[in-house]
Amino acid sequence: MKRVYVNEEWCLACHLCEYNCAFANSGMKDMVKALKGKKIYPRIQVEVGTDENSRAISYAVSCRHCEEPLCVKSCITGALHLEDGVICSDKEKCVGCYTCILSCPYGCIMPSEEGNVIQKCELCTKNENGQPACVAGCPNRAIVFEDRGVPSAEEECAFDEEGGAE
Amino acid sequence: MLPQDYIYPEFTVVRNQDKCIACRVCERQCANQVHSFDTEKGIMVADDSKCVCCARCVSLCPVHALQITESQHTFRPNANWSGQAINEIYKQSSTSAALLSSMGNPNDYPVYWDHILINASQVTNPSIDPLREPMETKTSLGKRTSSITRNPDGSIQTTMAPHIELSTPVMFSAMSYGAISYNAHESLARAATNLGICYNTGEGGLHKDFFKYGPNTIVQVASGRFGVHKDFLEAGCAIEIKMGQGAKPGIGGHLPGAKITADVSATRMIPQGTDAISPAPHHDIYSIEDLRQLVYSLKEATAYTKPVIVKIAAVHNVAAIASGVARGGADIIAIDGFRGGTGAAPTRIRDNVGIPIELALAAVDQRLREEGIRNQVSIVCGGSIRSSADMVKAICLGADAVYLGTAALLALGCHLCRTCQTGKCNWGIATQRPDLVKRLNPEIGHVRLENLVTAWTREMKEMMGGMGINSIEAMRGNRLMLRGVGLNDRELTILGIKHAGE
Repeated sequence: MKRVYVNEEWCLACHLCEYNCAFANSGMKDMVKALKGKKIYPRIQVEVGTDENSRAISYAVSCRHCEEPLCVKSCITGALHLEDGVICSDKEKCVGCYTCILSCPYGCIMPSEEGNVIQKCELCTKNENGQPACVAGCPNRAIVFEDRGVPSAEEECAFDEEGGAE
Repeated sequence: MLPQDYIYPEFTVVRNQDKCIACRVCERQCANQVHSFDTEKGIMVADDSKCVCCARCVSLCPVHALQITESQHTFRPNANWSGQAINEIYKQSSTSAALLSSMGNPNDYPVYWDHILINASQVTNPSIDPLREPMETKTSLGKRTSSITRNPDGSIQTTMAPHIELSTPVMFSAMSYGAISYNAHESLARAATNLGICYNTGEGGLHKDFFKYGPNTIVQVASGRFGVHKDFLEAGCAIEIKMGQGAKPGIGGHLPGAKITADVSATRMIPQGTDAISPAPHHDIYSIEDLRQLVYSLKEATAYTKPVIVKIAAVHNVAAIASGVARGGADIIAIDGFRGGTGAAPTRIRDNVGIPIELALAAVDQRLREEGIRNQVSIVCGGSIRSSADMVKAICLGADAVYLGTAALLALGCHLCRTCQTGKCNWGIATQRPDLVKRLNPEIGHVRLENLVTAWTREMKEMMGGMGINSIEAMRGNRLMLRGVGLNDRELTILGIKHAGE
């Protein structure tokens, strides 16, 4: 399955992905109308180092669409579910208990703009874009949409232990 | 600061506040810190005085709210004292410094390419359709034998002097690691390899990671001898001795210490943080005989397996100089015109020294033919080849291949803001700052370079087909295919072409 992958080496911390995400999920046709004067709630977020030594390091974080997602397991209402491998959230079923937010090891689920339900990256399958907007708008190809197969257990662990994925 | 030191900003940042969504991309992407967010007003603001017009913010603004315009400020109009001349006097009288500039001469000198037109066949000599018929763009650079020699058994001797083979008559010109970034070099090296052409290390040595691109690398030996060692000389497919550079004939280079990072220092073999100063002359070359010694030292060092290129700037008497260079043993002569680019040069030299490449190329080709030594050398011409048409005209004037520097950088994102000397290139090209270097992803860069050269080759084939020519060999020095427009007799004589209508 194609997933969104981020290469830290090429991330410029321009934060364009966040704006493209917010626009894609706004349901509007005009970016200015959709985002002007508003606080954005993107489903992809750029993490930037906070001190002198790490300031040059940045990468975007969004749902990794795990093979065995803890968020789906933890969902008490069945709002989080898999659709062809894409982890999707059903707003009608979500009760805003935020258990999924607590259980996601990557911190990729967040409360939605309305505040009473969660939101997460659905690879733009639920909006008009069809293809991930963050990928299309990345000026340095730091975010890519590729089929790299199923990550092995070791690869998943390596991310945690070494503090960075390949 | 004295009141007369104040210079009105050259550019104005025009922001459409109705469109701006204050995403702050412009602020994050500007190394010159032009943009900032006014928290009180809740809007983005700009400090025009810092803008260099590199268009990074314009290109990345997701809502196209930005444009950079030329400032409307004017001094009292004066045909003799231009605003630029006045401002330069203010700058120099406050600093006492020589003015620095980068990239090619931007002044309004004649561009002869634009006064030359290409022929096409009609009726009697049919044109060729490159999509249906074979078209040879392969070119080989190096010495050619004057006569056939036979072995004792009567068979023809087939050993030739070493050559460079190019799939198309284009090479990327010398740009050193230090002047441009690691990622820019990687883009050039990968593109050259995939295209089957060559790129050039410039005088900054060859980074250890790039030795693998050796078969498509021309290694350069310049007056500073930076990064020159045995493995370096053996790594490339040819060795270039840089005698001069079109942007700054007669002077050497100066890479400021700030750009000598750990990696650049290791590659150049000089201490970190020290200025890399290339002397104006090679201290061991004061005559053609001296040059010959260096040419043969380098050939000896590489067991006569690689052609030696001698690069000279287009200056007065360039034809005589080229003749000397050919007799000095060079296999290839590269001529760099006065519009050639640079990472930094004294403004006065860049803008006033040297001659147009078109005239230099025609004069050199003519002289070498007259002396009967044209076949001893190949000619490579550089210094502002802007399109495939310029390339075709250059080959018809006598070039074997062309060098692309500025065009290659443009393909990588350069917007010709001409402030390379500051080291704050927002496009990740002419900088060593890690946060800026990473803006140029070689994965994108090499493809863009390949696209450019492929497109030019396609266009060149179309033009060749139109002329009824199907190989570079048949086009080289074929001045009958060119006509001048709006040129005087003297210019036409030097170019060796007829006027349109003749």
